Amino acid sequence: MYLCDMKVGNKAIVKKIVANDNIKRRLLDIGLIEGTNVECVLKSPFNDPTAYLIRGAIIAIRKEDCDKIEVDII
Amino acid sequence: MKIIALAGNPNVGKSTVFNSLTGLHQHTGNWPGKTVSNASGMFKYNNKDYKIYDLPGTYSLISHSEEEEVARDFICFNKYDLVIVVCDAVCLERNLNLVLQTLEITKKVIVCVNLMDEAKKKKINIDLNKLSNILGVPVVGTSARNKNGINELLNNLENTNFNPIEIKYDDKVEEAIDILLPYLEDKTKDLNPRWGAINLINYEESLYKKITNYLGYDLLEDKIIKNQLIYIKEEGNYNIADSIVKKAEEIAKEVVTYENKNYKQKDLKIDKITTSKLFGIPLIIALLMVIFWLTIKGANYPSDLLFQFFSYLEIHILNFLEFLKFPQFLIDLLISGVYKVLTWVVAVMLPPMAIFFPLFTLLEDLGYLPRIAFNLDKMFKKCRACGKQALTMCMGFGCNAVGVSGARIIDSPRERLIAILTNVFVPCNGRFPTMITLITIFFVGINGNSFLSVIILTLVILLGFLLTFLASYILSKTILKGVPSSFTLELPPYRKPQIGKVIIRSIFDRTLFVLSRAVIVAVPAGALIWLLANLHINDISLLNHISSFLDPFGKLIGMDGVILISFILGFPANEIVIPIMLMTYMATGNLVEYESLESLRSILVNNGWTVITAICVLIFSLCHFPCSTTCLTIKKETGSLKWTLLAIIIPTLIGIILCFLINNISNFI
Ligand SMILES: Nc1nc2c(ncn2[C@@H]2O[C@H](COP(=O)(O)OP(=O)(O)O)[C@@H](O)[C@H]2O)c(=O)[nH]1
Ligand SMILES: [Mg+2]
Repeated sequence: MYLCDMKVGNKAIVKKIVANDNIKRRLLDIGLIEGTNVECVLKSPFNDPTAYLIRGAIIAIRKEDCDKIEVDII
Repeated sequence: MKIIALAGNPNVGKSTVFNSLTGLHQHTGNWPGKTVSNASGMFKYNNKDYKIYDLPGTYSLISHSEEEEVARDFICFNKYDLVIVVCDAVCLERNLNLVLQTLEITKKVIVCVNLMDEAKKKKINIDLNKLSNILGVPVVGTSARNKNGINELLNNLENTNFNPIEIKYDDKVEEAIDILLPYLEDKTKDLNPRWGAINLINYEESLYKKITNYLGYDLLEDKIIKNQLIYIKEEGNYNIADSIVKKAEEIAKEVVTYENKNYKQKDLKIDKITTSKLFGIPLIIALLMVIFWLTIKGANYPSDLLFQFFSYLEIHILNFLEFLKFPQFLIDLLISGVYKVLTWVVAVMLPPMAIFFPLFTLLEDLGYLPRIAFNLDKMFKKCRACGKQALTMCMGFGCNAVGVSGARIIDSPRERLIAILTNVFVPCNGRFPTMITLITIFFVGINGNSFLSVIILTLVILLGFLLTFLASYILSKTILKGVPSSFTLELPPYRKPQIGKVIIRSIFDRTLFVLSRAVIVAVPAGALIWLLANLHINDISLLNHISSFLDPFGKLIGMDGVILISFILGFPANEIVIPIMLMTYMATGNLVEYESLESLRSILVNNGWTVITAICVLIFSLCHFPCSTTCLTIKKETGSLKWTLLAIIIPTLIGIILCFLINNISNFI
């Protein structure tokens, strides 16, 4: 399952990030690495981007970037 | 004098700390990206002089965008005596990343855990002593907005108790560092050699180039270093970056305790509404309309009062000048030229500005702007642009030049250029009153239905948005080809705005600043118009010559020569367009008594204005060349004359085409 497949209210742990370096660094900045807990909290009016609770901050990420992040729902 | 740098994640209160230390008024705002360039200020404490730099926010020292690079370069390569890393107490874990990264570069760090009041409200406890022990540097808790803890921060400026922790990477990385370190020790000048080693292993091009630049030589040109590195790299991948995130997590676990795990729920409840399918977009429009309504409703009366006051004053000034036996020529120049334009600029422009700007700043302080960007991002993505462009557009409402430099928050150079080139489609605080005045005096009447004005104004603004999307899309498909890049946007917590302070600051810092610029331009422009109107060639005034020269083209696009002259003279400051226009009409012959906004209408009608003229002028004030300040900013930000010219041509051309179409289609009907 990927980050973009999560429904609002779902919680998950990041399993694998298969993005290019540029996106990876951006995600690293906000503390999103393998093993990080995430919670899907908001969908924008057009369903994209989606906002996630990551290490205490609410971060919006576009679908194109989310679908490179594999997660395990908990 | 000691030099201090204020670093930290975006939106953690760096500028607020800066202001409370220096007593200056650096702009603050509740959204990531408010500060995009270095600001500096001085202060004295205990008889010592300090110079402090407020850096743009950055999540890490690996930069992505222009503003982050400014901060990164400062921390990595500038000379300073101290870095204060400001952290958000509510979100300490993530903020510790930057603290740890900074500690790899310098040990002279003080950690300032700000927003302690918010953390307290959310029942988040932070053990500052323990944090200080773990990090090995001084830690101070502050609530900068209430000036709590600032004294303690000041008391710690001379604290030299720095024994920073060394971040241990996994064994493989440490081994690699150990291999490189001996060769780097005398090669990295005053950069920390360990940091140099880490950067060689975890090569990142732009940072590496900066290091090479700083040292004056390329470390990899050293054969031994290069060979060692090749050897190291044969061992596979090195996971450097994750270690810092994990270390931050570990530290946060030690020092932060949550009494209420669900502290985010309150904000999320509001967000569920502000970003919902049903209300997300309508709320943006509704909020705009409320702001417009308050501005229009509130501006009429003071405008009229100012008019009356100025015309009362005029008689006395006139008498005084005559008493002083000024030559008639000079009296006319001063009164009919300079004074009139000057006072009109103030009377027409000051009230809407003084209402609109504080209202908008309140919205900014509340934290609503990032939600707009969140809601609209999909549309920007469709145009292959960046959702943060919505933030630069919001800034454009205040001033297009600020919107243009604010585009630094956009990572991708291509998307940043799009934001810069299209920013002018958002009417700034200088053009906005022009539109309100036009709508009021022409469509609705001063005592008319202000709701109708709001609808018309909103439609014009929405047209501006539409043109922004259209222009962005076309640019992405032609000269700025490319696909949308990745994007992360933080939605900060809502914060209660400091209403009193916002009103005072936005009036003093912005409104009066912008108005004074307009006034400075109005004086020579008024004099010029008067001279042109009173210097004659072949019995026809120069002004008439010029306006009849421009007239055919003006008429073609639904306006006239006088209007075009006004827009051209308004290049240095858009605020003066309407006053110059009215002045010019009066100077070209059709004198009308003007005592109120109502009489302005008759000036326009007497000079052949129809509804179509008014619409065309409205559209053209939305779409024409940016003002001179904005053009200079575009030149500075893009470093290119080509893009600056394009930023002038695109909106002007669109404006001309739209007005041409409106004019001709209406003729047809
Ligand atoms: N409640 C509270 N709000 C604060 C505090 N410090 C700053 N703020 C608010 O946080 C927002 C961001 O502040 P700013 O100084 O612009 O942050 P910067 O981006 O780091 O420079 C503004 O709305 C400030 O009014 C604080 O100590 N307590
Ligand atoms: Mg700031």
